[in-house]
Parts: sequence; structure tokens; C-alpha cells
Amino acid sequence: MALSIDKGLGIHQHALLAREQRATVIASNLANADTPGYKAKDLSFQDALERVQTRSGHSMSRTHNKHFELNLEGSGREKYRVPDQPDTGDGNTVDVQVERNLYMRNSMEYQASLTFLTSRIQGMQKALSGGR
Amino acid sequence: MSLYNVFDVAGSAMSAQNMRLNVTASNLANANSVSSSAGETYRARHPVFAAHMQEAMSGRPGRESLLRQDSSVGVRVQGIVEDQKPLVVEYSPNHPMADDEGYIYKPNVNVMEEMANMMSASRNYQTNVQVADATKQLLTRTLRMGQQG
Repeated sequence: MALSIDKGLGIHQHALLAREQRATVIASNLANADTPGYKAKDLSFQDALERVQTRSGHSMSRTHNKHFELNLEGSGREKYRVPDQPDTGDGNTVDVQVERNLYMRNSMEYQASLTFLTSRIQGMQKALSGGR
Repeated sequence: MSLYNVFDVAGSAMSAQNMRLNVTASNLANANSVSSSAGETYRARHPVFAAHMQEAMSGRPGRESLLRQDSSVGVRVQGIVEDQKPLVVEYSPNHPMADDEGYIYKPNVNVMEEMANMMSASRNYQTNVQVADATKQLLTRTLRMGQQG
């Protein structure tokens, strides 16, 4: 039986990447809590996971150095949050409390994926060493 | 590893809030500086924040940055503007700084507003420090992935 490390790690490596992207988006929301006109965004975990699993998006290879570099990623991957409070006076829709909770939750989920990954790796190590 | 971007984003917010705190401090410090003409009087200053796309036009030349939206958006201080509120003109002929007609000019600093600004800036700074700290822990754990403990 051939051991495929990729299969052995399962979905968790992709989940980890999706959580990572989501952490960046929420951190941007928190950073821009005082920026006028900034609209809070979020990623749907489902979409992000699908994207990292299938590696959707295309890029064209450049065969001449005058060619444009083109990266097409699936559009509309980030969605704007619907604010509870429609008008805050400066067009900013970041609710710091909501974002902080989401960030905390996202990092717990990240750690969960990390724990799963660690146990998978330890399981594989055990299999490779014959249980010693 | 896009988690490293969180440090850039949180760091940009921290420096922007730091700038805001600085400006607030200078407004509060000068709240009582009296002068004898409108031109010399201190005017309240306010920083203007704008969202800063990390990669907007920062890529290689010819790169189509509009097609790829990066998810990390930092904060940039676009500039500092002077408050356009009118100065406080007070009739005080006995004041040593009074002009020929007996008026002194006081800055248009609203102390209450500045205090609120200060609290908002320091809370936001704290939030971003916490975000950076939480991210640091996540990254440390990620780097130790697969090891015992």
C-alpha cells in the first residue's frame, strides 16, 4: 500500500488555509474600524474551502516579458456584511464587537484544524515507525 | 501563509491609531495656547484615514491589479487636515497677549471631542495588538505542527 501524505492529511490542510484567509479578512475589518466609508467583509468558509481544494482561478503564463501578468481568481469571493446599524455617520459598517468574536471563533477553529492535523501526522509517524 | 499578512494589516492600523493619538495629544496640549492674531493661533488637527489595498499598483509593472482583489486591507493615513471651525475670540483687554482692540484668540480645540478621540484611538490600538498577539500564537502553533505537545 502506497502511503499518500496528501490523502493522509485529509481535508484539514485545506480547512487550515481557508481559516487563514478568513482571519486576514476579519483582521482587515478590525484594522479599518475607524476608516470612513470602509465596508466590513467576510468570506464564506464553504466557498473558501472549495476554492483552496480545487485551486480555482487561472493564470496565464508569460512567454514574453512584455506580456501582462494576469491572474484571474474567482470573483465575488468576499461578501459584504449586512450591518445591524445602517447609518453610522461616516459610512463605516464595522461592528468591532462582532468582528472580535468572529476573529476569536475563527482562531479556535483554526486551532481545531491544527490539532487534527497534528494527530494525523502523529498517526502517520506511528504507522511509519511500526508503532515504536 | 496569509496569516503573515495579518501582521501587516494590524501593524498599519496600530501606526494609524498611534498617529491619531499623537495628533490628539498635540491638540490637547495646545488647547489653551493663546495668541494675539488669528493667523498665529493653533488650529485643531485631525488625521484622515483611508483603506489601503496592500497590493494596489504595488506589483510589477504591467500587472493587472484590478483583477485580483487581495483580502488584506490595511489603513493608511492620507493626511492631516486642520479643523475649519472658527477660532474662539475673546475680549480680554487686560491679557498680556491682547491685540490693539483688546481681543485674544484661542484655538478651536474641542476638549471633549479630543478626549473621545483619544479613547477611541487607544481602544482600537488595543484591539489590533490583541489581533496581532492571537495571530502570533496561531503561527507559533502552526510552526510546531506535528511535534509532541
